Amino acid sequence: MPKDHGIGASTKRREDVRFLTGKGVYTDDMRVYGQTYAVFVRSQVAHGRIKSINTGNAAAMPGVLAVFTGEDFKDVGGNPAGWLIKSRNGEAMREPKRPVLAHSKVRHVGDAYAAVIAETYAQAKDAAQQLADDTEIEELPAIVDMAAALGNTSNRVHDEIPDNQCYDWGWIEDNRAAVDAAIKAAPHVTTLELVNNRLVPNAMEPRASIGEYFPGTGDYKLTTTSQNPHLTRLLVAAFVLGIPENKLTVVAPDVGGGFGSKIYHYGEEALVLAAAKKLCRPVRWTAERSESFLSDAHGRDHVTKIELASDLEGNFIAFRTETMANVGAYLSNFATVTPTFLHGTLMAGPYKVPHVYVNVKTVFTNTAPVDAYRGAGRPEATYSLERVVDKMCRELNLDPFEVRRKNFITTDMFPYTTPVALAYDTGNYHATLDKVMEMADVAGFEKRRAESAKRGKLRGMGLSTWIEACGIAPSHLVGILGARVGLYDAATVRVNATGNISVMVGAHSHGQGHETVFPQIVASKLGVPESSVEIVHGDTSKIPFGMGSYGSRSLAVCGVAMDKALDKIVAKGKKIAAHMLEASEDDITFEDGRFSVAGTDKAKTFGEIAFSAYVPHNYPLETLEPGLEETAFYDPANFTYPAGAYICEAEVDAETGKVDILAFYCADDFGNIMNPMIVEGQVHGGVGQGIGQALVENTYYDSNGQLLTGSYMDYAMPRATDVPFYTVDYSCQTPCTHNPLGVKGCGEAGAIGSPPAVVNAVIDALQRGGHTHVTHIDMPVSPSRVWSAING
Amino acid sequence: MHNFDFVKPASVAEAVKALSADGAQALSGGQTLMPTMKQRLAAPTMLVSLTGIAEMKGVKVDGRTLTIGAATTHATVAKEAAAYPALANLAGGIGDPAVRNRGTIGGSLANNDPSACYPSAVLASGATVVTSKREIAADDYFQGMFSTALEEGEFITAVRFPIPDRAAYAKFDQPASRFALAGAFVARFAGGVRVAITGASEGGVFRWAEAEAALSSNYSADAIKGLSLDPSGMIGDLHGTQAYRANLARVMVQRAVAAS
Amino acid sequence: MTKVAMTVNGKAVSGEVEGRTLLSAFLREGQGLTGTHVGCDTSQCGACVVHVDGKAVKSCTVFAADVAGSSVKTIEGMANADGSLGVIQQAFQDHHGLQCGFCTPGMVMSSAALLAENPKPSEQEIREYLEGNICRCTGYHNIVKAVLAASGQDANAIAAE
Repeated sequence: MPKDHGIGASTKRREDVRFLTGKGVYTDDMRVYGQTYAVFVRSQVAHGRIKSINTGNAAAMPGVLAVFTGEDFKDVGGNPAGWLIKSRNGEAMREPKRPVLAHSKVRHVGDAYAAVIAETYAQAKDAAQQLADDTEIEELPAIVDMAAALGNTSNRVHDEIPDNQCYDWGWIEDNRAAVDAAIKAAPHVTTLELVNNRLVPNAMEPRASIGEYFPGTGDYKLTTTSQNPHLTRLLVAAFVLGIPENKLTVVAPDVGGGFGSKIYHYGEEALVLAAAKKLCRPVRWTAERSESFLSDAHGRDHVTKIELASDLEGNFIAFRTETMANVGAYLSNFATVTPTFLHGTLMAGPYKVPHVYVNVKTVFTNTAPVDAYRGAGRPEATYSLERVVDKMCRELNLDPFEVRRKNFITTDMFPYTTPVALAYDTGNYHATLDKVMEMADVAGFEKRRAESAKRGKLRGMGLSTWIEACGIAPSHLVGILGARVGLYDAATVRVNATGNISVMVGAHSHGQGHETVFPQIVASKLGVPESSVEIVHGDTSKIPFGMGSYGSRSLAVCGVAMDKALDKIVAKGKKIAAHMLEASEDDITFEDGRFSVAGTDKAKTFGEIAFSAYVPHNYPLETLEPGLEETAFYDPANFTYPAGAYICEAEVDAETGKVDILAFYCADDFGNIMNPMIVEGQVHGGVGQGIGQALVENTYYDSNGQLLTGSYMDYAMPRATDVPFYTVDYSCQTPCTHNPLGVKGCGEAGAIGSPPAVVNAVIDALQRGGHTHVTHIDMPVSPSRVWSAING
Repeated sequence: MHNFDFVKPASVAEAVKALSADGAQALSGGQTLMPTMKQRLAAPTMLVSLTGIAEMKGVKVDGRTLTIGAATTHATVAKEAAAYPALANLAGGIGDPAVRNRGTIGGSLANNDPSACYPSAVLASGATVVTSKREIAADDYFQGMFSTALEEGEFITAVRFPIPDRAAYAKFDQPASRFALAGAFVARFAGGVRVAITGASEGGVFRWAEAEAALSSNYSADAIKGLSLDPSGMIGDLHGTQAYRANLARVMVQRAVAAS
Repeated sequence: MTKVAMTVNGKAVSGEVEGRTLLSAFLREGQGLTGTHVGCDTSQCGACVVHVDGKAVKSCTVFAADVAGSSVKTIEGMANADGSLGVIQQAFQDHHGLQCGFCTPGMVMSSAALLAENPKPSEQEIREYLEGNICRCTGYHNIVKAVLAASGQDANAIAAE
């Protein structure tokens, strides 16, 4: 019987009711008394020197209240990079200042260099147009191509950075000689050059912010589309505007998806706050979709050469990767860690390969900043590995399933430290591979292929096995690796006098369903109904200092913090029960919502204990405090390591190059499962995005740095017709060994594992269909690219 | 977008008058015009909505002629043009359902987007474009991408289609916009076959004479197997190379023939 | 500014609008009906879908003045009279057909229009009808299932085929 309550139940989401009735409250849905509208003036050129901005005409237009330019912010701080990465030669990365508004130079199309505040949106828009007309920008040659940018000393994105390079990173530098030697001596080396295509995150809710200032108290409030309100507060208050942290409240209300793009602090947030203070009126801004395309942090954008050395039976000897990673024009908050520690450390995959070396050169270009997008670095690692393994299997005529199997780390090897310094705590990669092969009926493929062939279609099957390091945390580890913040999380459990419970969490839900899942854990732990538990999130004035949601960390970090706070609640409850039942605290047991004296029928319900905590008429106050509220911060010992195996079955129409995904199978190991329905939904969504990356999504800048895919007319989003029903399994469970819930995280899995499965399926279809010259097609594997590859 | 005066006349005569004003622009559903105005790429001072004119709405059949009012939505054509199934099918595949409930045949033809579906049907059918001033043969109407024979202040009131003996439309979607990356409309009449291609050419919708000749003597997909379009006039962009578009256009013709 | 009157969710409403006022803005700002969302500026994403005289339209691509006198239905008008979730809304909750909720109003309105035209759509018909509604969270799986279920079909069985 499926569970109907608590941990493991597919409890329906309570937040759905408001979203389904139009009662969700997203930032742009709020109306604030006296509000004004900000519109940003954005660069039309990719690279240029600002010669003059004449604000007079715009400022005099109807309804205009203020005009801001980069000059107004040149003395406040920059928006910092969150991680300091060191180059192979020991030098610190180059970190140019990222101002609130561009000053002296514009560095990408969409770079905001001014803002207009007016009584109405239309007035602000009109004045912004005027200001653009009154600005003189000397256009400079655009730096778009990474290879050309590197070492180009005459044309620089940032004048102070001579070669457009942020850093040249090696992981692990001490491995390098051994890897080189191993590759040189290996019986076979497979080489693959590939592009991990740049993506625009495209959360369906565009970014929006409302700044407020309260002159009576000097307090500020920022309502914004954020995945992590405390981090935003820290950045905007302490680093950029110099506001005391305790004078700024950041609220992230209902947020319409993030996928990474709403982790970061953006200049628009600082601008609305500064403008609100100047005007003593609320200032609001909502991005148009075309602005989102130009100014949201993009994702991926790697150019990679990977080499796989093996023996002739397919036993892996070494992986060597050289990657150029685009960071765009400025360093977004996680931009420097994504291509390094979230990518290079994963380059052993689930394999017991003895030698791995990764080199990443990160490059400034005149394009929008690039940062973490669902999976962040780990999809790039997985794609490189799983594509090159697939290519090796073809070159050596080996079975791709068997090759994975013989190279997997086996269950008796855990804990297992990889050559790229991660310590996998547990896993069972053979189990998920066996499972997915059974689900996909691999044995029956040939029959299905023959059936496709009868209809004139080429059918292929692609496999990908993946692992990730997530539950992004351990402060002690990330600190060693250059993080400038800690990555713990926090929860406060407040049991109210009437027995219902408020839980204030540092995680932020923007689609993940925390309001439903976290109460399931509370219910199981305290023996109370889920409906008596309310989750509070997204408001720095209400929640403990947490680090928000990304990197599949909500449950594995914040959920565990909550679990630990619940332990404290139970411990305190036992103290209270001991007092009320006149027993020793050691004799109190807690089960099914009752505190009992062991071996007797004396007991108090949870509700009685809660009430007593707030009506402490006869408490021994020297030893027992009133109240029942506990906070815990949790900083894990290690990352968590979900893993899995995916199979994609696809059909290619050779006449048009069109790829149809016929079936997609996922066998994942997420450790313990709190709510199966939500886990499935997370995998579906991730796979949908992965199919999008593999088949249709492309971010295309021309040589002048103009974004040609700046709207849904040219940037293809996967639609309902582009994807099949997915088949998802999570029954292979090796619970995480270092957190008490045994959970690993499931938010990014689908986006990590799916792109190589899709591309491998397409190559398989073409190979089986006789187009044996096609060994690789870069993503997106669009009809035109497939047709050109076949006919090329 | 810039502001403008909005008027919604109830008759063709009123619309003619309204559109004679300086800066006036016809609005016929607005599914393309409105996004353009949001980008401030069009800034009319007056918009004249044509969708309130009863005499410009509806689908009528008279023998082998089908007449569609210019303000008839794609959804209505899809539902009511059963006498010309290929055309109904084309209308039912434009954009998405919500777009089909607003977009009109007149609006589509007046805009003449090089990737729009309707121009191929009008050209392949040898339809007549009826305007507020005159009647224009399809072969004279389309004058290159976003360019038509319509004069200032002139607007389409109806389109008259001769119904072919056999016809079909085959379209390959551009993955983002869902406009045609290439679309082919094939119409077979007693006097011969007409083939129009949309989505593929720099010059907008065009008739493919070689394919028409081949199909007129042998109406089968195989008849055009060996034909090829010159890639040099095709659109080459991030969605497909010129050679790809040339290929796709031929494949769509073959599929249209097979489906007709 | 001109005065525009229409019926919204069964209630007569009116307001002053400019020529350029979009129906989406009229509903959100004029009527406070913020359940209708705006997710793009090219008439593609479908978060703004409402019904005008029973037909699904993208309210960001309709001028308010152009639908004066019409009857408009928004997500706020989709619940049962007693406030409980309507059949389609309930199916979306039952099948986890939404995550962040932003595209959801448009999805529900498009689904309602589909089921009004075609009470028992196939999986493929549902996918095609929802082509003008973009969701970034769900991969569409559970949305399609929810519509199947709302039409009285066995969604779990069909999805597992």
